[in-house]
Amino acid sequence: MTEPILEATDLVKTYTMEDVEVRALRGVSLAVRPGEFVSIMGTSGSGKSTMMNILGCLDRPTSGSYKLAGKEVSKLGRGDLATVRNKVLGFVFQSFNLLARTSAQENVELPMVYAGVPAGERHERAIASLEKVGLGKRLDHTPAQLSGGQQQRVAIARAIVNRPKVILADEPTGNLDSRTSIEIMALFQELGRSGITIVLVTHEPDIAEFTSRVVMMRDGKVLSDVTQNPTDARAALANYKEGDA
Amino acid sequence: MNLFSTFRVAILALLLNKMRSFLTVLGIIIGVGSVIAMVAIGEGAKAEVQRAFDKMGTNLLVIRSGSAQTSGVRGGAGSQPTLLWTDVDAIRKETLYVTKVSPSLRQNVQILGEGKNWTTSAEGTTPEYFEIRNWTFQYGGPFNEQDVTTKAKVAVLGGTVVDNLFGNAADAVGSTVRLNNVPFEVIGVLSRKGQAATGQDADDVVMVPAGTFAAKVQGGLRQYLGGSIYVGAATPEDTRKAQAEITTLLRARHKLRDDEPDDFTVSSLAEAASARQEGTETMTRLLAGIALVSLLVGGIGIMNIMLVSVTERTREIGLRMAIGARPGDILIQFVIEAVVLASVGGLLGVGLGFGVATYLSSEFGWATKIDPQIVALALGSSALVGVGFGLYPAHKASRLDPIQALRYE
Repeated sequence: MTEPILEATDLVKTYTMEDVEVRALRGVSLAVRPGEFVSIMGTSGSGKSTMMNILGCLDRPTSGSYKLAGKEVSKLGRGDLATVRNKVLGFVFQSFNLLARTSAQENVELPMVYAGVPAGERHERAIASLEKVGLGKRLDHTPAQLSGGQQQRVAIARAIVNRPKVILADEPTGNLDSRTSIEIMALFQELGRSGITIVLVTHEPDIAEFTSRVVMMRDGKVLSDVTQNPTDARAALANYKEGDA
Repeated sequence: MNLFSTFRVAILALLLNKMRSFLTVLGIIIGVGSVIAMVAIGEGAKAEVQRAFDKMGTNLLVIRSGSAQTSGVRGGAGSQPTLLWTDVDAIRKETLYVTKVSPSLRQNVQILGEGKNWTTSAEGTTPEYFEIRNWTFQYGGPFNEQDVTTKAKVAVLGGTVVDNLFGNAADAVGSTVRLNNVPFEVIGVLSRKGQAATGQDADDVVMVPAGTFAAKVQGGLRQYLGGSIYVGAATPEDTRKAQAEITTLLRARHKLRDDEPDDFTVSSLAEAASARQEGTETMTRLLAGIALVSLLVGGIGIMNIMLVSVTERTREIGLRMAIGARPGDILIQFVIEAVVLASVGGLLGVGLGFGVATYLSSEFGWATKIDPQIVALALGSSALVGVGFGLYPAHKASRLDPIQALRYE
């Protein structure tokens, strides 16, 4: 068996809010191997967002260990975490988080700006990345000129442009209609086939069906962890035309 | 993130809110603009004063007879002749730093010529005087040493005198004028100097050899020199040294005891000039103070709008952090934005200052002079204001928690 790309052991996260201690994570362990497509499910308050923030190196656990690509990152400082996020991870958010009044290409170039990639190479890679998500003809469009699904594709292009090992998606279909959601999942499946590890947070069982492993959380603990045969999003899309309205 | 793209991002961010950016820097524009304009006027006035003193002659010392003290009543300077004709030669021969010496005897006379008359100031002097006082000639030339010793009856006329006696300045040379009824031949007409720094008409003068003046115009003082002695030196530094030298020399020659005051005064035009300059200097310093205050006010405006900008762009900051911006990247981005804002304000202010100065000098004929140093200083301090007042908002931005920033509505 290959080494896990993500390996979280006994993660505990405690917040203090106005003298009340909130235990968001109460000892969570999770190992993800390269190429896996994992969905983390749970109701609000289950700790899945906290889990996602720690996996995404946006937050540090109160205790426990987190190894990303073989390297312990749970004790790194703000600057080093930023470098890890830039080089190893890619983010996709529910609300897309594109820079307004900025072209699709420039939005995609942003992570490379912080990585110090020279301008010429930045343009090439941004264009290639946008072509990969099917937006090669919309390089100059600003977010306002794009549909929700297209905006999320730009965000995905931005997430993959620095060639990350892992993509973290936080409710990526939460703001999209169901048909567009399936299109986005098809895109994720395609990226998964090319070898990128994807971890996705959702509360929609329909969306989790397209992933190869479902981790259910409740009250800051892992309730179940099931590996499954994912539904093919392309096929679902073909059926969608005839089926549901 | 390299500096060039940081600048680009900063400029783009400011262009998204053109009106707001403009209003933010208006304080700096007006502050810098008014300072540039006012300093230009101040410097222009200073240069004007300098030019006036240059016309009178630079590196110049004037030695006057001291005051007479009779039974406790002290007359003014020159009320009693104490300078001797031999003092002139002594100063020439026994000092190191003096390059030129010339006596100047003055008295008001009535001058007649071409059937007209005019009352003017007659000055008895030597040829060196023309050099010391920077006099040049429009027509003819100066008298020479021989004219002084032979008491030749020749005269040099100033422009105002020529105007009042002759229709045409060229006709004056070669004609005869009468000073206190003594005929003199006109051998030269002086180029005009206009109004002297002291307010008198420098061209209202007729100059004759010192010997002639003593014999025919002034009369009766024998060994005493009834006027002042003008001394020239090579540099301002030499002028100061010459002043000390002359004081020592004349005290010795006049056999003054240590407890006796000088019976002469040695004054330097440079001193008078610098006294005048000090006035404008004080003005300039005052303007610099106003500049500082206006830059401070402008800086507060920039800080205010940067704080608003950080709050507005909280999500953007969160996103930039999520995709790999280090706290330092965010800090630099916002500091640069403030610096660009302030510098653009400074540049526009310099432009405004130029405009106002040019307008004033063309419309009202005010002398203005724009000092590149002031421009550099204004631009430098506006950029510095950007750094100073941008730092706090930028620091605040860089300390944001990316998770909360991303969730910010």
